[in-house]
Order: sequence, then C-alpha cells, then structure tokens
Amino acid sequence: MNKKNGILVVLGIILLVFPLVVHSDYYQHLIIIAFIWVIIGSSWNLLAGYTGQVSFGHAIFFGIGAYTAGILAMKLGISAWWGMMFGGITAMLIGLFVGWVCFRLRGPYFALATLAGGEIFRLIATNWEALTEGMVGILIMQTFRSKLPYYYIGLALAASCIYVVHLTMKTKWGYYFVSIREDQDAAASLGINIVLYKNISLLISSFFTGMAGAFYMNYMGFIDPEVVFSLHFVSIMAILVGIVGGVATIWGPAVGAFVMVGLQETFRSAFFGLAPKWVSQGHALVFGLLVIFVIMFFANGIVGDWEKIKKIFFKTRETT
Amino acid sequence: MALLELKNLVKDFGGLRAVNDITLHVKKGEIFGLIGPNGAGKTTIFNCMNSYYPITSGDILFKGKSIKGLKTYKICHLGIARTFQIVKPLARMTVLENVTAAAFCRIKKIKDAKEEAHKVLEFCNLTSEKDKLAKSLPIGGRKRLEIARTLATKPELLLLDETAAGLNPTELDEAIDLIIKIKDSGITILIIEHIMKVIMSISDRIHAINFGETIAEGTPREVAANPAVIEAYLGDDYA
Ligand SMILES: Nc1ncnc2c1ncn2[C@@H]1O[C@H](COP(=O)(O)OP(=O)(O)OP(=O)(O)O)[C@@H](O)[C@H]1O
Ligand SMILES: [Mg+2]
Repeated sequence: MNKKNGILVVLGIILLVFPLVVHSDYYQHLIIIAFIWVIIGSSWNLLAGYTGQVSFGHAIFFGIGAYTAGILAMKLGISAWWGMMFGGITAMLIGLFVGWVCFRLRGPYFALATLAGGEIFRLIATNWEALTEGMVGILIMQTFRSKLPYYYIGLALAASCIYVVHLTMKTKWGYYFVSIREDQDAAASLGINIVLYKNISLLISSFFTGMAGAFYMNYMGFIDPEVVFSLHFVSIMAILVGIVGGVATIWGPAVGAFVMVGLQETFRSAFFGLAPKWVSQGHALVFGLLVIFVIMFFANGIVGDWEKIKKIFFKTRETT
Repeated sequence: MALLELKNLVKDFGGLRAVNDITLHVKKGEIFGLIGPNGAGKTTIFNCMNSYYPITSGDILFKGKSIKGLKTYKICHLGIARTFQIVKPLARMTVLENVTAAAFCRIKKIKDAKEEAHKVLEFCNLTSEKDKLAKSLPIGGRKRLEIARTLATKPELLLLDETAAGLNPTELDEAIDLIIKIKDSGITILIIEHIMKVIMSISDRIHAINFGETIAEGTPREVAANPAVIEAYLGDDYA
C-alpha cells in the first residue's frame, strides 16, 4: 500500500517536472496527447470496464466536446476555456440521448448501437455545414503559443478524471455499476435501478470525454469530422487503451494511454525514421495483433495482470 | 389481510400457457410451500411476481396493493426479495461486496451498508468466505449467498426458488435451519422446493400445481394425501 503510494508520488513529480527539464516540443506534445487518452480511456473504462456497457462510440462524446468548444469560439467568440466546460456538458446531454436509445439493448447489441451512433454523428458533422463547416473543419486561434500551459491543464484534467473515477467506484454507485456488469437481472432483483445507474455511468463518462474533446480543440486549434468523430482513431483507440492497460482497473487506462500513444507514434514515424517508410502504414495491423496478443495472454491488461507479467519477467531473468 | 395475493394469474409464452389461473394467499409470518413437477410453472410465477416477465392477465397484490407492472427494482424496495433457481452470483465481486451492494437497498452510507452486510453474512454463516470472489464458492456457498443478498435488502416477503437443490445432506440440514431462522426473524417465506423432506417439514401450508394449474392446497399432510398430487407429483415415492 505504502509502496504503491510512493510510486504514485514519484510518478507525479516526474510528470510535473518533465516539461521543465525536457524542453522538446515534440516530447511535450506526445505527453499532452497521452493525457487526452488517459481521460478518454478512463471515461470509457468507467462505462465499459466497470459498468459492463461496452461502447464502440466514444468518438461521439469526444467529437461533440471538440465541436462545442470550436463552434463557441469561432462563431460566438466565447473563450476556449468556457468551451471546455460547455464541451463536457453538451457531451453529457448527448450522452443522455445516446443512453435513451442504446440502453434498450444489451451486450453486443448495445455495442453495435453505439458504433452506429458514432458513424451517424460523424455524418451529421460532415454534412451540417452551416454549423460545423463540414469537411473544411474548424480553425481557432490557440490561446497559448507555448506548450507548457496545455501540458499542465492536460495533466490536471487527466488526474482529476482518474480521481473522480476512483472516488465514484468507492461509493454506492461503484457497487451498483459493477453489479450491473456482473448480472443485470440479479442487480435489478436486489433493488438496483439498472437503467438509472447505467445512465449515471454514461453521463460521467461522456462528460469527461467531452472535456477531453474540447481540450483537444483548444490545444490543436483545428478539428474536422474525420479526426474527432473517427471510429478508428477515437472509438477503437479508446477500447485499445482500456484493454491494453487493463479494463476495470483505476490505473489501467492511464498505462494503456501511454503505451498506445507511444506505439502509435513509433509506427507513425516508422520507428523514428529508422525503418523504411512503409512501416508507418502497418500500425493498424500491429494494433490488431497487439489486441489479440493481450486478450490471449493478458486478458486483464498490463495493470490487471501485472503480477503475472512480473513473474514471467523474473523467471526469465533467473534462468538466463 | 393476506401479505401476498395472486389473483387468477395467467402467463403465456406465445402459445404456451405456463401459468393458468393461479389464485393463492400467503399470510404474514408463514412458510408457504409451492410444489409441482418439472415445468409446472413455479419459477414462472416468481418471475411474474418480481416483474421479470410481464403477466398476461390477473393481478398480484402485496399488502393489498397491486404490484402489477412495477419495475423489478421497485418490487424489491417494496419488500419482496427473491433468489434464483439458477444462482446468479455477482461473480467477480467478493461475497462481502455482493451483500453490500444489496444492503444499499435500505442504507445510504457505505460504512453502514458494509456493517449490515457483515451482520447478514454472520447470520447466514458465510463470514469465513467474505473476502472470496463469489465465483469461487461451491454450490452450497452460492445458494447461501443468494439468500444472504436477499436478506440484506430487508424483505418482508422472501421468495426462495429451490434453495435446497444440489446440496449434500449436511448442507441440506443447514439450509433448513437457516430457513427456519429467517422465518423466526419475522420474514414471511414463499418457497419452491422439490425435496419432500424439506418442503414437508418446514411449510405451514402448501400449494401444488401441475401444468400451470392449481391441483391442491392445504397443510403438508392434506396435500401429501391428495390423490391429484400423488398422481401428478409424488407418484413413485408415495403411491
Ligand atoms: N422464457 C420462457 N419462454 C418460453 N417458455 C418458457 C419460458 N420460461 C419458462 N417457460 C416454460 O414454462 C413452463 C414452466 O416453466 P417453469 O420454469 O416455471 O417451471 P418450474 O415449475 O419452475 O420447473 P422446474 O421444477 O424444472 O424448475 C415450462 O414449460 C417452460 O418450458
Ligand atoms: Mg423452476
């Protein structure tokens, strides 16, 4: 317990001083993106990992958050930071609607409904040009030129998201979420209003994902539907972050976010220019293989199966 | 006034009438047995009572008020709790967590809910298992966990669906003791049971059904002597 807290403090300090020591924009950028994935992954994990409602449509909330902030800033001149608040709230309202439709379905049918939902929102954002500028996308002035403010805001958001999930899971809500995941008929018979609590889980999840989207808008200064409503780069990536890091663990999505962003970047840059260019095309394939590997050997992800991973590591060291 | 009343309850599954015009009354404080051969419709009656299925026609009254059409969780809040014939442990939660989740039905604070759960586990003789995952329990433990969870919701009426099935003789005696202890704590019990030793020894009254229809009702003695019951159900053992 103490050792764990110690590790957390050390990691926290490393993250806090990192941008003061490493001045490279490139590395700061990667970590900011990882922070965004920590938020999305943790939110996804609350709904899918803890509550058992596997979403294939988290791009809905990310995109809505990003577009809310973008449209408010571009069309109404409202500050990007208000946009972050509104981005979260709008995503939550959309979450209410998504829940109303999709929670009529269970298990894989729910997952498919959210997948379809994601595509519908992407199409709306593409075609409703009067509001969204369609494929042209939305461009706003970034508030800061330096990456430092974004770094610390991202860190604060990611930390608060993890903290909120952690707190939630310690309350009655947490017990209810997991009960619903384990057996929703049993849960209902024990007095749990399963529709209400699925929606509560979804609302928290969509709020943080929306904030992440709005933060992304502010940080990047540019969005278009193909990026923020992307099935591949957002919805599926959210699942990968959760699964690789460890579903239904507090730290899993955080670990998953850093691993996945690292991997993605390694491939995107074709091993930092060391490998031939075509390697960068292979990242979808590698992600697919990675998921198969994780599910087969470490079904609980890096954090969930940490003891197992440690054992393997020590064993191989002893024998060599 | 009866605690629970089924009035002309009918449940159809497509063309199959699983429950046909069942009327019965359960009085406060009694153990009321529901028996019938496999497929007679017993579990379906429970499923209607906690709104797992909508009923086709008829009515269900709890303390004089209709509970027809209420949501499953509301029925639990009103004071009717059930166990499942095919047990439904919250598998990847510990035994204590299973019961705590149920205790939130009446208790707001987590500390109080946990305390209540500890009490219930003690009552059901599960304290030594409390930190084990529910899925790691053997069948006897799972059945007791089913009961413990329902007790944590503080029911007035408890519906037990074949709690004794699959238990070894020692466990069977323990189960009977537990059921009597629950009754003594003031909870009314409606119990479905195949094992005659159990149902005959603990029930105050018994209602027998076959093919979804009532064939007899009375004291255990009366029902055991009823020719329709003997023919339909007790056949080999008692004829
Ligand atoms: N969901 C369902 N859909 C269709 N038919 C069903 C359904 N549930 C039960 N039945 C049918 O209703 C009848 C009554 O089933 P039920 O499970 O109530 O019997 P039971 O008396 O509990 O039997 P057992 O002693 O085997 O538990 C059976 O013929 C069964 O096949
Ligand atoms: Mg049955």
